[in-house]
Amino acid sequence: MTDDELIWRIAGGSGDGIDSTSQNFAKALMRSGLNVFTHRHYPSRIRGGHTYVEIRAREDTVKSRGDGYNFLLALGDSFARNPKENAYYGEEEIKPLYENLDELREGGIIVYDSGMLDTDDVPNFDERAEENNWHVFDINLRELAKEHGREIMRNTAGVGVTAALLDMELGEIENLMEDAMGGDMLEANLNVLHDAYEMTNEEYEFEHDLRVPTGDHDEEQVLVSGSNGVAYGALDAGCRFIAGYPMTPWTDVFAIMSQNLPKFGGISEQVEDEIAAAALAVGASHAGVKSMSGSSGGGFALMGEPLGLAEMTETPIVLIEAMRAGPSTGLPTKPEQGDLESILYSSQGDSNRVVFAPADPAEAYDQTRMAFKLAYDYQIPAIVIIDQKLSGENRNVPKSFFDRPVDADPGSVLTEEELAEAAHDESGKFNRFIHETENGVAPRSLPGQKDGRYLATGNEHNKAGHIDEDPDNRVAQMSRRMSKLVSIREELDEEHESQQSYRGPEDAEYGLITWGSQQGTVEEAVDRLNERGVSVKSIGVSDMMPYPEQEMTEFLESVEEAMIVEMNATAQFRGLTQKELGQFGEKLTSFLKYDGNPFEPEEVVEAFEAQINGADESPVTRTEIRPAAGD
Amino acid sequence: MSAFNAIGEERDIDRDEYTPGIEPQPTWCPGCGDFGVLKALKQALPEVGRTPEETLLCTGIGCSGKLNSYLDTYGFHTIHGRSLPVARAAKLANPGLEVIAAGGDGDGYGIGGNHFMHTARENHDMTYIVFNNEIFGLTKGQTSPTSPKGHKSKTQPSGSAKTPIRPLSLSLTSGASYVARTAAVNPNQAKEILVEAIEHDGFAHVDFLTQCPTWNKDAKQYVPYVDIQDSDDYDFDITDRREASEMMYEAEDALHEGEVLTGRFYVDEDRPSYQEEKKAIGEMPEEPLAERYFDDDYDWDQKRSYDLLDRHV
Repeated sequence: MTDDELIWRIAGGSGDGIDSTSQNFAKALMRSGLNVFTHRHYPSRIRGGHTYVEIRAREDTVKSRGDGYNFLLALGDSFARNPKENAYYGEEEIKPLYENLDELREGGIIVYDSGMLDTDDVPNFDERAEENNWHVFDINLRELAKEHGREIMRNTAGVGVTAALLDMELGEIENLMEDAMGGDMLEANLNVLHDAYEMTNEEYEFEHDLRVPTGDHDEEQVLVSGSNGVAYGALDAGCRFIAGYPMTPWTDVFAIMSQNLPKFGGISEQVEDEIAAAALAVGASHAGVKSMSGSSGGGFALMGEPLGLAEMTETPIVLIEAMRAGPSTGLPTKPEQGDLESILYSSQGDSNRVVFAPADPAEAYDQTRMAFKLAYDYQIPAIVIIDQKLSGENRNVPKSFFDRPVDADPGSVLTEEELAEAAHDESGKFNRFIHETENGVAPRSLPGQKDGRYLATGNEHNKAGHIDEDPDNRVAQMSRRMSKLVSIREELDEEHESQQSYRGPEDAEYGLITWGSQQGTVEEAVDRLNERGVSVKSIGVSDMMPYPEQEMTEFLESVEEAMIVEMNATAQFRGLTQKELGQFGEKLTSFLKYDGNPFEPEEVVEAFEAQINGADESPVTRTEIRPAAGD
Repeated sequence: MSAFNAIGEERDIDRDEYTPGIEPQPTWCPGCGDFGVLKALKQALPEVGRTPEETLLCTGIGCSGKLNSYLDTYGFHTIHGRSLPVARAAKLANPGLEVIAAGGDGDGYGIGGNHFMHTARENHDMTYIVFNNEIFGLTKGQTSPTSPKGHKSKTQPSGSAKTPIRPLSLSLTSGASYVARTAAVNPNQAKEILVEAIEHDGFAHVDFLTQCPTWNKDAKQYVPYVDIQDSDDYDFDITDRREASEMMYEAEDALHEGEVLTGRFYVDEDRPSYQEEKKAIGEMPEEPLAERYFDDDYDWDQKRSYDLLDRHV
């Protein structure tokens, strides 16, 4: 909350270059030694409409977008300026200015494009600016951009002004521009940048204290989004086949994979629908290629069928579910954690799948790799859950974090030599689905291998794959398949570092529990609560299935009360926890939000303080406290 | 050393190799046309020279889906309507495989209609056999997409108000590069057409008329049939889309009137398969992907690049 951090918000219309500008600026801040975090807010529209990106930069590790911000660069919506469309766009034109003011901190800076925006149109602007001690700079960025380049370079002019006002060097920004473009385009942008920088320094007096904080990384950093983390994790897990259908926010992962798989000698397929997409992943995996698919809620709903087929035929696949707010098409560009139950249980029959929900881009990389490893070792579908927040947010991660060899092991596949020795049934088929195994895994063959013929079928089947309804066989096959989750849980507990993240003093009195993308925000809240003398710790859960029973039991036994923080209306993770553990109902309250925006740290702090003080209503608007089972 | 030594193996293949050592008792009804497809495939595959182990047969759900149990190749009995997406991905993953998909008319033209259209459009190098008996068999006699208008069943008690699908025309329009119709009652033609279809480099669609003696007693039993290539009454250029289209239209109208026209309707040998198209744009590796996981010499790490991490879409 203090100003030892810069939270820079660039606001304008979709299509005005907000995304690319902010990514470059975030990288420049990162390369100057700071830790960064970006947060993207956009409407379900191609062009025009109010959008913003926030970059939080500080010396310390940064885990969430924080609360509010202290620098607004309001570009205006160039698409709203089409006079023919006035009736439709209405007030869109000035939204980039006035829609952002509520969250601008006291003493903050406003730079607005006076070529596009007029403060006379913003209700009570001058009064509010005075009250809040905002430093307002009206600069005609449009003219500046036109003079040396093109009008669209208003964003570059805005960055030049920002750098001058914050007393930044231009070096890193110039380097990034040189990486991204060339020729006349580069020259024009550099001219606009320098012109804006010099003009601001010459013509304006600065009374504000805000400067770019300083920081120093021990090692080289890269700026990674949740989608990048997933995609790079998949590539490093040896995935060479993806099939998908575009849907926000899953499309980011799909696009990154499609752009890179050919370079890695792999195949990407954009297909007719999500049923086909997941079925293609099954087909490619059946033939021996590490493969994946994915979607967002609505598309994932269609994947239930092939997902169940993968479970029954024991075909390894990895699916990515990038959640957005539902039901149905819901809020297409807003985050929610409302698909958990559908991810855990969709498709007919008993669920037999691995489900992870990473918390940040680095975890997304790690857990996607782990999802592939487990899927192929255990011949089971694995699902990685991200959401609209995580998919689009960028964080800096040490480059060395990704310095791990590609995992090309296709898992439990037999060689032809092994197949020649393996058991076959009277019909001549390889006994691919044997009843007795150590860890539930019956090794498989691949089509085209000698001595490996078998039938894969979505019906219940015997050892050789023939359809079989015999009750004893049914029980043996079901039990073996279901036992994989037990083996996987044991492997995760014993052989790997915990995928759950802990924060706060071990002997804390209270607990905060969260899962997936809200972890960073909750951890920041934990830090603030401890600074204010509240004894609290948190667990950020990533393992949804198999559930981390041991870790959760230990955590819940160690605290008086715990609050589960999640972005949905029906407390889905709390339901899962109570189902899995069968106890602690009286200890658990829920803090829920489902308005299309992720939690902010201070919201969690306020709700938690209210809860331990016995309040039964949320102190924060548009959120809800759901009391403990015994209350 | 290859992990897939069965692929491309050249040897004499006995049709009995395709029969499981202990043949499961077929659950098809006596007189079912599906036996005709099984028999034709057992004859066609050795003639093409593909061994059971390099053949992957993907089926849908229904009576046709049981084909896998009676033909001893690698098999994937998928789910209703989904044989094509599974099959075409397997072919992309390992182009050395002989991939054949099979399903019924409900499976292929109803629930899987979208996949049919798009697989044909992309011209995947594979064969698709649709067991067309104009009825849902295994679910006990409901009206299917190919059932004639007015067809009565328990789920369409007043008779269907829908005109039937035109599978041949749909296939051609969608982009299949080989389209034929044969019938279980015509085993010699059926075998010849399957040989051609399997050897064809592109999407080969065979609408295989299979009589259903149990649920479709009123339906024509597809006799007498006419082989359009043998008959002097039908003269058209099977490589010409327009002429093929007219011939298909005639055949589809005739079927509703009780005249069974069978044979090759459209063959395009020039159109590159989907894999070739993908290779041409640099999105399809030269070597089968599935082999790579067993290639000890392949350097996985050499291809790694950190560019991706710092680039954003």
